[in-house]
Amino acid sequence: MKLVSAYIRHEAFEPIRTDLLELGFPSLSIMEVKGSGRQKGITERYRGAEVTNYLRPKIKIECVVASSDVQTIVDTILKHARTGAVGDGKVFVMPVEEAYRVRTGESGEEVLQAHPGAAAGVAS
Amino acid sequence: MIGGPRRLRLASVGFRFEEVVLQPTVETALSQIDTTWVIVAAILVMFMQAGFAFLEIGFSRGKNVGAVVAKILTNFSIAALMWWAVGFAIAFGGAAKIAGDAGWFFGFGDHLNPSYFTELYGTESINGAFSGFIFFQFVFCAVSLAIVWGTTLERIKFVAYPIYAVVFAGLIYPLVAHWIFGGGWLATFGAGVQDFAGSTVVHLTGATGALAALLLLGPRKGKYKADGTARAIPGHNMPLFGLGVLILWLGWFGFNPGSTLGTADGRFAEVVIVTNLAAAAGVLGALIASRLLQKTLDVGMIGNGAIAALVAITAPSGYVEFWAAPIIGVIAGGIVVLGVLMFERLRLDDPVGALSAHGLAGIWGTLSCGIFTSPRLASYNGIGEEGLVYGNVSQLGVQAVGVAAAFALVFVLSIATFAAIKAIFGLRVDAEEEDAGLDIAEHGMYGYPEQFIPVPELEGYGAAPTARAPAAPAVAYSTREEVPAT
Repeated sequence: MKLVSAYIRHEAFEPIRTDLLELGFPSLSIMEVKGSGRQKGITERYRGAEVTNYLRPKIKIECVVASSDVQTIVDTILKHARTGAVGDGKVFVMPVEEAYRVRTGESGEEVLQAHPGAAAGVAS
Repeated sequence: MIGGPRRLRLASVGFRFEEVVLQPTVETALSQIDTTWVIVAAILVMFMQAGFAFLEIGFSRGKNVGAVVAKILTNFSIAALMWWAVGFAIAFGGAAKIAGDAGWFFGFGDHLNPSYFTELYGTESINGAFSGFIFFQFVFCAVSLAIVWGTTLERIKFVAYPIYAVVFAGLIYPLVAHWIFGGGWLATFGAGVQDFAGSTVVHLTGATGALAALLLLGPRKGKYKADGTARAIPGHNMPLFGLGVLILWLGWFGFNPGSTLGTADGRFAEVVIVTNLAAAAGVLGALIASRLLQKTLDVGMIGNGAIAALVAITAPSGYVEFWAAPIIGVIAGGIVVLGVLMFERLRLDDPVGALSAHGLAGIWGTLSCGIFTSPRLASYNGIGEEGLVYGNVSQLGVQAVGVAAAFALVFVLSIATFAAIKAIFGLRVDAEEEDAGLDIAEHGMYGYPEQFIPVPELEGYGAAPTARAPAAPAVAYSTREEVPAT
């Protein structure tokens, strides 16, 4: 099991979400975050004075999948999030020890996603 | 006793000043009351700018709200100057068929060619009372201009506002106003087109300009899915929207009742009742239509119901009896809900529903004169004849010609103006600016800074990154340029 954690532009989220749903990966979380990288900030001019804002708003996606599915997820994110300009974001992959489904108490990879390859795939 | 004109006169003998108070005649007193009412009404109409501002702000996303404030102030100001320079002269400077021809850069005492209103004010030169009339007509022009932009929210370039405002307040609105209000060809077409306070002249004109802009502008980014179905882009603040609606409702008590241009026979109070009855019925009409068609009680639709009914009752407010007002209003409330849903399907992205509330309801209101105008009030106003319910068909036809002529004129001039703006400057911000929001992209500041700038940066708690990692100076909205390597 792996945690895919991606920082992307706001406008990239919807196509990624749509593709992941179609591929059978409905389970994910997103957060509105602010962060900085090589992208410039922006300057607000307020009544003659300036305030520079180096932290830019991004969407963070968190998605836990079976190790064999990681490449699918990462490819989908890269495909839609890349504009070629600075500020497109980053993707991190981290190991996950265990996963439990709260409703039933089941554990293991089968609780993660719903795609046909997942063991106990429940499409609903 | 109303204070009359006072004069100091030098006595012929000695060096004493003798004050001679000239008692006001009944006629001058009445004139002063009339002027007072016209100015109070005009100020109420001016306050409608605040109503439009809050209505549009409420229906915008939080990243596009400062732009609305800048726009309203700019447009109102340009309209004020253009009205003084040329607008008033074209609209009310004489009773020629197409356009007035005197009163350019009007000044006190300037001679005007005879028109409807020079007779009303008993003078052919501009005096104090006539100044009230000029200002009252100006705030109407400004309202009409404000209506244009709700439809174009969240994606139009600022440069379009001043250019179109000059053309609109200097040519488009004055022409329509002249044709119907100022003694032009529609005022004498048939028995005369009835438009008491401007369902067509003000509201349909504004909405037609909006349609022309929208056709060249296109929908907001993300409004329509790939398969063409519409999705909601909710406005960020329904309470502000509601405040806007109530301010407009209040302002309408200047808009319609002020169009009596005086206090004779207490007619303006009758118009207050008619206006309020229609607005109330419009709210209920939209409430019911929203429940039936949308299975919910949509806050925006209910507010738009009030606006649509007020727009619809604007033309007939001086021509119909009390009983007709709720009928006109409730139908307008239904029309606005249907209209918003229809325009959405036609891929005409209208964030505030102005095409329905001002356009369709303006058409309905103007036509409703041809249905409900009473013989008593047609002859009182001396314009047009009674409507369909009193057995006269011809007035409805006259009203339809008025609507069609005004729409055609405004649409042609507006689409030509917007096409020129589009060719020279572009009409719409680029996609990246639209994502960032017009506030930061066009005005360099946010309407709600705390929502977009993290508190540590806003308060200056953290050291600027320049201290350790010297980044190039940031520039407004350019979010995709690389920071030089350190």
